[in-house]
Amino acid sequence: MAEGSVSHRAFGTLGVVGCVGVLGALPFILSPFRTFQLTLAVAYAVACLGLNLLIGYSGQVSLAQGAFFGLGAYSASILVDRGDVPVLATLPAAAAICFATGFLFGIPALRLGVLQLALVTFGLSVVLPRVLLKLEWLTGGSKGILVDTLRPPGWLPLADDRYRYLLCLLAAGLAFFVGWRLMRGRVGRSLLAVHDHQIAAQALGVDVTLTKSLAFAYGSALAGVGGVLFTWTTGFVATESFPALLSISILAGAVVGGITTVAGAAFGGLFIQFVPGWASGVSPALSGLIYGGALALFLIFLPGGVAGLLARCGRLLIRVVPAPDDAGGARTSLGTQGVRTVATNQKEGL
Amino acid sequence: MELFFQQVVDGLTTGSVYAALAIALVLVHRGTGVVNFGQGEMATLSTYFAWQLTLWSLPVWVAVGAAMAVAFLGGCLVFAALVRPVAGRPLLTVVTVTLGIALACNSLALWIWGALPQSFPSLFPDAVWGIAGVRLTATAVGNLGVLLCLAALLYALFGRTRVGLGLRGAAANAESASLVGLHVRRMHMLGWGLAAAIGALAGALVAPKLFLTPDMMLAILLYGLAAAVLGGFDSPAGAIAGGLLIGVVENLAGTYVDPLGSELKIVVALAVIFVFLLVRPQGLFGRRGVLRV
Repeated sequence: MAEGSVSHRAFGTLGVVGCVGVLGALPFILSPFRTFQLTLAVAYAVACLGLNLLIGYSGQVSLAQGAFFGLGAYSASILVDRGDVPVLATLPAAAAICFATGFLFGIPALRLGVLQLALVTFGLSVVLPRVLLKLEWLTGGSKGILVDTLRPPGWLPLADDRYRYLLCLLAAGLAFFVGWRLMRGRVGRSLLAVHDHQIAAQALGVDVTLTKSLAFAYGSALAGVGGVLFTWTTGFVATESFPALLSISILAGAVVGGITTVAGAAFGGLFIQFVPGWASGVSPALSGLIYGGALALFLIFLPGGVAGLLARCGRLLIRVVPAPDDAGGARTSLGTQGVRTVATNQKEGL
Repeated sequence: MELFFQQVVDGLTTGSVYAALAIALVLVHRGTGVVNFGQGEMATLSTYFAWQLTLWSLPVWVAVGAAMAVAFLGGCLVFAALVRPVAGRPLLTVVTVTLGIALACNSLALWIWGALPQSFPSLFPDAVWGIAGVRLTATAVGNLGVLLCLAALLYALFGRTRVGLGLRGAAANAESASLVGLHVRRMHMLGWGLAAAIGALAGALVAPKLFLTPDMMLAILLYGLAAAVLGGFDSPAGAIAGGLLIGVVENLAGTYVDPLGSELKIVVALAVIFVFLLVRPQGLFGRRGVLRV
């Protein structure tokens, strides 16, 4: 079928609706424990999504997704525990905090290059757990903070775990939607311009640093949202849940899932949630080995990740040809389930 | 006043370790243009290997030497197997691969030797001297001495040998070097091996103090990175200066700046990175990168 044609768009819409339907129906089929695990997977998937958007659109890597995940989780817990803030309001609040922090820390690095942002975010991921531990009066130190998990309002006839799952799914969908609109608009176009040719973009008046900072701040905000979802589900935050290596695990999940797509983030979330469980049956160190090995090997052999692999298989079954009057050249196109970056017929994935 | 000098001496002691790791980082960056985020964890693995050798009744220095040799081979292997396949790809990809290496090495150490802190025998005798009220341990003198020897050896290697010339040539201009007949890939591999060996030495120097755990070098890596940023990522002399300076500054900050205390001394490292990237990205001794449009 031709790209952009009615049948293509119908197929795409059908695919999205189908997936949403399946995802929404899951908690009614699975046990409460599985639903709980899937909810956590959604939380991690949002963090992976933030990373995907950052890497895909601005070509930067953040090694602090785990730190912002923890920051969001702690912000939500502290706001509820000490500030008596209504639970649902903690989501935008924590997102704003992570956005601001990300923006602040991105300032020196984003003027420069990929390496510099990696350095700053690496530093952040190592330092933040210690700071959280030291600020015992605020964070409860190693004892952590206990908050009530999210309860459905009285008028909604849903079980606790199903309500949490659906709410987290809704939040994730909202986060993706906001990001999608952002990237379709001026910010996205600026980012693509910078990605294509930074100097030309600068010459045309694009504020490169501001654009990249916004992308990084948004990615960090998404990690914070993931952290809030984590708190809503588990009801407990402690520094052990957010070690320095969590950031690398999120990166591994994003890479394994597929760096440039939303579906990739979903696979990433599943990877992060379920692999340690399986691996710790054998040995607690094995999950780290799998993360690290998968990260390196996927980058070498399968840069598109699982989502990329599935997309390739799908393309074997269904051919999508460019629309007849396409003049060629660089153009972004909307996939059925994801937003792909610069479509200059070049590399897929990283 | 004595406290001040004591902290300076202690800072120089730990700073030597940061400097050694920073030299390894700078070596890799200068040679292959990549920051190896796995340098610390590779060093941890090598240090565990050395510790295992001491358990098998080898004297400490022999164990460390053997570990350095094995680390050299390991570094070459890691480069050939994992880094070279992604050599042409964007910097982002290569950096992420090094992170995968970091995670894998950390987990490998955890798997083989477990998470319990182990005590690593000191490389230096237990002697202590008092000079003008300051405690000078043999470890302090030893660390600095090892650093200076390392610097001298590297200077001799790069300045006086054919291999060193080859390394410098491959680093300066890989294309021209290969046209002249230099085996560039092999030089890159050697650079990684050398860096891994230096990392192993750094690990062995710090392990007696910090106790050997899989996460031991995570913080040290941050200090090493900060030292490299401070000194300039393409300057080995800068790495040494940076490492020593950061060691001293963090110790003084930990003592005299009350909110920090000893647990949050590491904030100094992040602050250094932040400030220098903001104000002087090329570090104290590095050269400013210029892009021709």
